[in-house]
Amino acid sequence: MADAEDQVIVGLEVHCQLDTKSKLFCGCSTDYRSDGPNTHVCPICLGLPGAMPSLNKRAIEYAMKVAKALNCEVLNESEFSRKNYFYPDLDKAYQITQYDKPLAEGGYLEIESDEGGERKIRLTRIHVEEDPGRLVHMGNVERGKYSLVDYNRAGIPLIEIVSEPDMRSPREARKFLNKLRATLEYLSVFDSEKEGSLRVDANISIKGHERVEVKNITSYKGVEKALLFEVTRQKNLIRRGQRIERETRHYLEARGVTQSARSKEQEHDYRYFPEPDLRPLRVRSWLDGIVLPELPDARRERFMAEYGCSLNHARTLTGELKLANFFEKVVASDKPGLSPLASTWIADTLIGELNYRDMSLDNVDPAAITGLVLLLKAGTITDKSGVEVLRVILDQLLKGEMAETPDAIVKRLNLAKTAGDTGAITAAIEEAINENPKALEDYRAGKGGALNFLVGQVMKKTRGKADPAELNRMLAEALKKRGA
Amino acid sequence: MADEISFSPDDKYNAFLATCKRAPHGNGKLAGVAVAVKDNITTKGIETTCASKILKGYVPPYDAHVIGLLKAEGAAVVGKTNMDEFGMGTTTENSAFGPTLNPCDTRRVPGGSSGGSAAAVAAGMVRMALGSDTGGSIRCPASFCGIVGLKPSYGRVSRYGLIAYSNSLEQIGPLGKTVTDVSALMGVIAGHDRHDSTSLDKPYNHTPNADIKGLKIGIPQEYFGKGVDPNVADVVKKGIGRLEELGATTVPCSIPSMEYALAAYYVTCTCEASSNLARFDGVRYGPAPDTKKSWHDAYQEVRSAAFGTEVRRRIMLGTFALSSGYYGKYYAKAQVARENIKADFNRIFADVDVIAGPTMPTIAFRLKEKSDPLSMYLADILTVPANLAGIPAISVPCGKSEGMPVGLQIMGRMFEDERVVDVAYAYEQAVN
Repeated sequence: MADAEDQVIVGLEVHCQLDTKSKLFCGCSTDYRSDGPNTHVCPICLGLPGAMPSLNKRAIEYAMKVAKALNCEVLNESEFSRKNYFYPDLDKAYQITQYDKPLAEGGYLEIESDEGGERKIRLTRIHVEEDPGRLVHMGNVERGKYSLVDYNRAGIPLIEIVSEPDMRSPREARKFLNKLRATLEYLSVFDSEKEGSLRVDANISIKGHERVEVKNITSYKGVEKALLFEVTRQKNLIRRGQRIERETRHYLEARGVTQSARSKEQEHDYRYFPEPDLRPLRVRSWLDGIVLPELPDARRERFMAEYGCSLNHARTLTGELKLANFFEKVVASDKPGLSPLASTWIADTLIGELNYRDMSLDNVDPAAITGLVLLLKAGTITDKSGVEVLRVILDQLLKGEMAETPDAIVKRLNLAKTAGDTGAITAAIEEAINENPKALEDYRAGKGGALNFLVGQVMKKTRGKADPAELNRMLAEALKKRGA
Repeated sequence: MADEISFSPDDKYNAFLATCKRAPHGNGKLAGVAVAVKDNITTKGIETTCASKILKGYVPPYDAHVIGLLKAEGAAVVGKTNMDEFGMGTTTENSAFGPTLNPCDTRRVPGGSSGGSAAAVAAGMVRMALGSDTGGSIRCPASFCGIVGLKPSYGRVSRYGLIAYSNSLEQIGPLGKTVTDVSALMGVIAGHDRHDSTSLDKPYNHTPNADIKGLKIGIPQEYFGKGVDPNVADVVKKGIGRLEELGATTVPCSIPSMEYALAAYYVTCTCEASSNLARFDGVRYGPAPDTKKSWHDAYQEVRSAAFGTEVRRRIMLGTFALSSGYYGKYYAKAQVARENIKADFNRIFADVDVIAGPTMPTIAFRLKEKSDPLSMYLADILTVPANLAGIPAISVPCGKSEGMPVGLQIMGRMFEDERVVDVAYAYEQAVN
């Protein structure tokens, strides 16, 4: 398919922290986030004079897992290089990274394209590098009196995954990131929940115009927002007949806008040369020893085959490792019996309610969802009551309380369907008809809306417990008795 | 409990930048031996400056690997020795803290850059010293001061804790009055270190052996040609004659790639130095920048003021040579030249066991004699080939010219440090 005249073209450079126990070139722990500044440091990651890097093999293994999972070719020989630039967070004034001999080249990742269906996004390369430290600005970065440097992050292993400009919308860029995140998590090499564990630079252009690099995107949602802003900005410039400058722009997360970087920052000459303190890497043979776990695509297919999930549900459920594991726990006791209800209740309802509360799935006990699905399956409660039970559980968890079991909630709130308890429904029907003589008249006059109105009234009185089918039947009978 | 030795030398040659009045020591092969350490080797708790203002006041929180090895064998680290700033020089005049004087003649330089270490040994202030050799920095001062100095094969001694000037060229090595002392110190410092990925598991357990019967010595014409003082050449030829008397044979040879050696050396070392020295920005070490300025202005000011002229020159050269569009022209080409030099050595070493020649083309210069950088660079011509190829090389005193010591340089095959030590030992035993 030929691209349209104003086709958006996006390529991404994604930096992910590898979830190793120790840093890339020294033994310091990577578990620094809850500790004070400069507590996870040593002569090596501080870049003290005379200190030398020694490579953490585990980080290379992790990166090779990723390369294998993304169908990349691991080079026979790769090497580390120095990227030289001055910045106060960079203790050696160079970053040890890979330049013209990266760990792996090529490869691809499949995403759901905007037109539907799967599309391969080609990858250019994957390389390994060290994270710099971090500046903490006292006050505003421009006007603050001083900045402090925290080197806890210095030397954390990163992989940079560079894509070809194969994405055609901000939405596809987000999908690429989500898929990449899922893949890395399935490989157990990445923890997306650690703050700052993922950073993205995006190249975006409108077909036939210069491209702009947007740096500094630090969240999954941020990628789509930043790119949407750029699409609008660039299209507006084109519409006004202005030229798009080839430039670097920073994404300002708080304001949701991009801003041109100062020209000084664009004039880097990194003076790359091979890192003389490390030997070339000849690790391709390690690939043979790497056994990949089930990856998102395979798991999606399995969810459809094994649990009968719809494509959409399977995509959602396997799109996050935790969610997929959660689903499998929920249905473990009775796969064929529980899966149909569980897939929709988890993929649609639970995720919606969690997002609404900005809650993590970690808080939720799969057994509670199993309990809920069992109640729904047995017809003990209506869908409406099911949602209420779920909300009670999540609200209790949100307050830090122990959540009640679904059974206990149903009992306490008296949410069980009034099936069999025809007395209560009959009474509610009688009340509803008596209170709404106009509706009775309308019904007699053949106005269809009147019946729905009365059903609603009865539901209200029974607080949703009435089984809708049964209620319809009883209401029709009651109206018939009144000669309608 | 560790013992102590007291150390209060009369340092009239300005060999030391720091001394430890009481230096603790333990037991071992070097129990109680006073060892001086070049000031670019990191010593925990002892100020380490590389003879630069930019590191003034820097007290490292860790020991270089070789320092740990020295201490484990009972040596006493008694002080830090003067040097050319960051190792950049051939005279020890490029020290921010004044030049070291040659104990043989105080009007002359001791050579460099490990001039302080060589002078301390030559003057008898210490029995042994550590230096580092990037392009001759151990062998040159050993030659000028009339002592023995060994540049080990690249990878035999850990560089962890050696403040890098040019990582791919340099090695820490021993200096001493006798080959036996140099060999003993080498035995302590050599071996694999997991903190230095370029170090190899090739420990040195060797007692020098003076039997060199049947040894074949290559004599490269370039080491006796243009630029080499004829008097120095004569002294060295006589020295080699002694080796022949001991049963060695000589074979003339040529190292055509030497034509490019100096260029390859200076491109490589300045490029690597420009990167290595970039971290000295006034934030963590040295004079604090004026924080009212933006960081790049502050960096510029600190680096302009605190680095010496020669260091600034080499940083500028290296920065230029690595710049976009020039890498292939300079750094990459220099590495090709290194391969050619290695190939030349391999070819020669297929026929001979060692190569011999003068260590330096002249005797020690007078102070301030080498005022222009190019003539100073040219003095390194006979020492840099060993660094470019990574091979071991030793300088042993072999007589005098104009009353000043002359060094005989023996270069060996990669990792055959033992053999160059043996040849030097044979010579030393024969003349003493």
